[in-house]
Amino acid sequence: MGRFVYADNAATTPVSQSVIDAMAPCFASAWGNPSSLHSKGREAKALLDGARERIARVFACEASEIYFTSCGSESDNWAIKGAALRGKKKGRTHIVTTVIEHPAVLNTCRALEKEGFTVTYVGVDGDGVVDMQALEAAITENTAVVAVMYANNEIGTLQPIERICALAHAKGALMFTDAVQAVGNVKIDLSALPVDMLAMSGHKIHAPKGVGMLFIRKGVVIGNLIDGGGQERRHRAGTENLPYIVGLAKAIEDADEQLADMPRVAAMRDRLIEALTAIPYSRLNGHRTERLPGNVNVGFECIEGESMLLLLDMKGICASTGSACSSASLEPSHVLLAIGVPHEKAHGSIRLSISHETTEEDIDYIIESLVPIVARLREMSPLWEEIVKNGK
Amino acid sequence: MQYSDKVMDHFANPRNVGEIEDAQGVGVVGNAKCGDIMKMYLEIDENDVITDCKFKTFGCGAAIATSSMATELIKGRTVKEALALTNSAVVEALDGLPPVKIHCSVLAEEAVKAAIADYYKKIGREVDFSLESADERYEH
Repeated sequence: MGRFVYADNAATTPVSQSVIDAMAPCFASAWGNPSSLHSKGREAKALLDGARERIARVFACEASEIYFTSCGSESDNWAIKGAALRGKKKGRTHIVTTVIEHPAVLNTCRALEKEGFTVTYVGVDGDGVVDMQALEAAITENTAVVAVMYANNEIGTLQPIERICALAHAKGALMFTDAVQAVGNVKIDLSALPVDMLAMSGHKIHAPKGVGMLFIRKGVVIGNLIDGGGQERRHRAGTENLPYIVGLAKAIEDADEQLADMPRVAAMRDRLIEALTAIPYSRLNGHRTERLPGNVNVGFECIEGESMLLLLDMKGICASTGSACSSASLEPSHVLLAIGVPHEKAHGSIRLSISHETTEEDIDYIIESLVPIVARLREMSPLWEEIVKNGK
Repeated sequence: MQYSDKVMDHFANPRNVGEIEDAQGVGVVGNAKCGDIMKMYLEIDENDVITDCKFKTFGCGAAIATSSMATELIKGRTVKEALALTNSAVVEALDGLPPVKIHCSVLAEEAVKAAIADYYKKIGREVDFSLESADERYEH
């Protein structure tokens, strides 16, 4: 068995043993329905309430502001559609977002456009930071909600969320941030950060897939996405996924403790960035410093991302690519195009997302594997041949 | 999306990678914007037999594998036989390709045709075939 290095934590993470241990009793004994009045129900309800309180403590918010969902995409849909529905009643039919959002946000906005809402997609600069002047100009008294991601999933760039909140609130609009990539990587203090809504997902921080959360600040009213029974204080119907919610709470607590380890992760990230951008005709995608501690996204000219990915996989290294070569569209990443990477160069980008579980030896192994892979693919590239012939 | 063992073999150990200096026929197809470019070099003797064939490809795993397989399929064949190579034959020889990667096999067919067209032009023969694949699934 060769070496195995998982460097795709932005895609998903393994469920940690502590989360599995925390969930186990919910399968084995505490299997009741939290809405039932009998002892089995009360046992489950106590676990549900406990999970909510523990999460609220980490984010410095109130337990009543936490709503459990099935995933990050549901949280994104609920926040934006719910705010749009509510806004419409007050004559606000406009939404502001950015061109580099996750598809869960972008396609939600596109769906709302078909329902008569207007959406402004604000651009970003070459590092992926939202154009604040354009954003300010886009928000009007007609804007229902401003949706800007906390950190980008592909290039890791962090957005100035606090300043964006001020711009949104100045016009009476709600502020929503998709923090799916940020939670567990950067400290989020909801007593200080004035967002109205924040979405996160469990499986990015070592909880299972199929559980997420939406924070809705007290006093903020949005429409429901899922109507039905009276769960989640009548705002999100469906019998609570208690085992996963308990797992999510444990994962959030663990992630909060692991924040202390992030400077070490960021140092490994920087070492990887330096080694990979030392390769000629390469570039770092995303901001050099204002980026997630575990995100590395580098583009190499004259080669294609999927080929790199396959060769890395043969070396036991799991990474991902910004290239959409594996999807039907053949279009390169909308994020890379938005930061001004030309089509032909966007195809050669690779994302390595490391975590607190990554070791220095893993970084060494990635570097010593990837450098010859780039050289090998360039050796067979007609584009590289041109560069060599034209004498660098 | 999963590649067959054959595709992975031709991707990991591509046959006939490289250049042929002063090749009789050189063809380049695709564009960098779409993410794949294939360059095909042909060495052709006086009997119209392709005695050597090399390629260089910028592209995904399937692009590299289809280039490699195409060179194997035409090496030692006559130009006329090489012109009869279809993208489906390349796909079949690779034990199939995922639907979104079929365009790579089309590119391989077209690279061979472009190289032969270049050869025809060099020797003053009329190019009496279409440079494009007949495959209608190709929507690049």
